[in-house]
Amino acid sequence: MKNKTLTLYALAYLAFLYVPVLVLPIFSFNDSQFIAFPLSGFTTRWYAGLAADSAMQHALINSLKVGLTTALLSTLLGLMAAKAVTRYRMRGTGAIMAFISLPLFIPDIVLGISLVLLLGTVGLPLSLAAVVLGHLLVCVPFSLTVLVARFEGFDKNLEEASADLGEGSWMTFWRVTFPLMLPGIIASLLLTFITSFDEFLVAYFLSGTEATLPIYIWGQLRFPERLPMVLALGATILTVSVALVVLAEYVRNLGVKKPMVGA
Amino acid sequence: MSFLAITNVNKSFGGPAVVNDVSLDVPRGEFFALLGPSGCGKTTLLRMIAGFETPDSGTIAIDGEVMNAVPPNLRPTNMVFQSYAIFPHLNVFDNIAYGLRKLKLPKNALRAKVETMLATVRLEGLGGRAADQLSGGQRQRVALARALVREPKILLLDEPLGALDKRLREVMQLELRAIQRKIGITFVLVTHDQEEALSLSDRVAVMEGGKILQVATPRTLYERPASRAVADFIGEMNFFHATVREIGETATVNAGVLGILSLPAANLAPGIKVGDHILLAIRPEHVGFAASGVAGEIATSTFLGERSHFHVRLPGRSEPVAVSGHAPPSGAVHVVFPPEKLIGLPV
Ligand SMILES: Nc1ncnc2c1ncn2[C@@H]1O[C@H](COP(=O)(O)OP(=O)(O)OP(=O)(O)O)[C@@H](O)[C@H]1O
Ligand SMILES: [Mg+2]
Repeated sequence: MKNKTLTLYALAYLAFLYVPVLVLPIFSFNDSQFIAFPLSGFTTRWYAGLAADSAMQHALINSLKVGLTTALLSTLLGLMAAKAVTRYRMRGTGAIMAFISLPLFIPDIVLGISLVLLLGTVGLPLSLAAVVLGHLLVCVPFSLTVLVARFEGFDKNLEEASADLGEGSWMTFWRVTFPLMLPGIIASLLLTFITSFDEFLVAYFLSGTEATLPIYIWGQLRFPERLPMVLALGATILTVSVALVVLAEYVRNLGVKKPMVGA
Repeated sequence: MSFLAITNVNKSFGGPAVVNDVSLDVPRGEFFALLGPSGCGKTTLLRMIAGFETPDSGTIAIDGEVMNAVPPNLRPTNMVFQSYAIFPHLNVFDNIAYGLRKLKLPKNALRAKVETMLATVRLEGLGGRAADQLSGGQRQRVALARALVREPKILLLDEPLGALDKRLREVMQLELRAIQRKIGITFVLVTHDQEEALSLSDRVAVMEGGKILQVATPRTLYERPASRAVADFIGEMNFFHATVREIGETATVNAGVLGILSLPAANLAPGIKVGDHILLAIRPEHVGFAASGVAGEIATSTFLGERSHFHVRLPGRSEPVAVSGHAPPSGAVHVVFPPEKLIGLPV
């Protein structure tokens, strides 16, 4: 009896999670501009429309630029901060971690407004670069969390062993730290890229005249006739995201077979 | 200057001294052990020799060169870490070849060198094994091979056998000794296991609380510990309070319940004078049972195979005397203390 209830609950929960997501691909192939059942036939014209929409492509390229830059910078900064926090004996490590993580708890809208004010005060133009700066604030804490966990997962004697065997700090990084951190680095890149790619509020405030993809989509919602195309775009993003996650998992398992502890 | 010369080295991590004014001289080719209880600063001293910690004061010189400012990667030392620190992303071969990159050896020469080392540590044919598929003993051998293949002037070993079970530890002890004999490199071994230190090394430094208590050969440490602390740390010993009456060819002491005893004057620690209050010390296996002697009563006896271990209670003394020997006839016994086996230590 109890098990049955649980099973039902689990099914309902899964449906709640995934039915809305499934609506996307289903209606993106539906031959009608109205989002309603019954379905009226199969078409790929919304996708064809997407391929021809140069404003959308421009926004997509903007988002990719911002996402990649943010992911790389945030992971690089996260890597250095994580190394400092875990490898050097410093005073105030806890306070540093707390300060870096603080933006996580500031609502994005507050962050967006303050950044607009700040940029205005120092006279910097709103631009994609400004969006990257805003996204860094949001993303570095993610990178740091992922990478600190990874650094703590391996014996610092391994880096000392490398020095003992004649390698300076740079080669030690390349021959020991980097390969052992790689799964964490990939996870950080992926996480920060996706965070930046679908971030709306901060980008909305900071992007100026250049739209990122979420801003473009938001703009399209005013035109009901363009809704199926937005669905097609959503379905595409969904597919690519899933593919990326699967790929990252695959790469991660290629690199390392076992959890890594030095002993 | 000796091969490894440590001179008045001090180190603290902001708190009390962890290594306190340590001086040591180790000649080339010696198997040297640092022995002491947990937390006495052995690892810290070893890490200063390797270059991972910098002395607050004092110097460390190897083969005539002061090392204080030389980073670990440029020192002629290699270390076997307590955790072994085998690179988990590399196989056995690449672990051993790790430190040879700078030599830029042609492929064949590199392979030959690594294979030779694999044979030395008896891991022939395991070069392709992944790091996570090694047993404890094999990891230990890889760590040893990886360090030795660089032909360091000094090999540093931090409790290299601590993680192994007793049987494997004994096998590895013999092998370590044999390898050291064969290649003739200076070994500095850190351990808290006195048996290991005594059975492996040419000389042992006994450390406590960051200080060196005594440096001597294993035999001297055992037979002539310089202080009660050393004696306590190396095996078991009986102590009796005594007062020195006379010192000549032999020394006469008043040893309370044991009576007046004469022992060779050379058995007294240097600096002991007439009238001094001292500790007489004797190993359990040197105390004997006899027909006459100090009367006592056996309190406990433990059968240990070839020998047995007894605690004998003497009248007028609260602490029982430890005796190692063969079973006496009954509960009431007489124990004797051969004078040449008694040594006098400062209190
Ligand atoms: N990096 C460090 N920072 C602060 N204190 C340290 C550091 N390294 C060691 N200590 C302290 O120095 C003392 C000696 O440590 P050390 O590791 O040298 O002892 P040990 O003799 O090797 O002990 P064990 O047998 O347990 O390994 C300990 O009290 C330890 O807490
Ligand atoms: Mg130690």
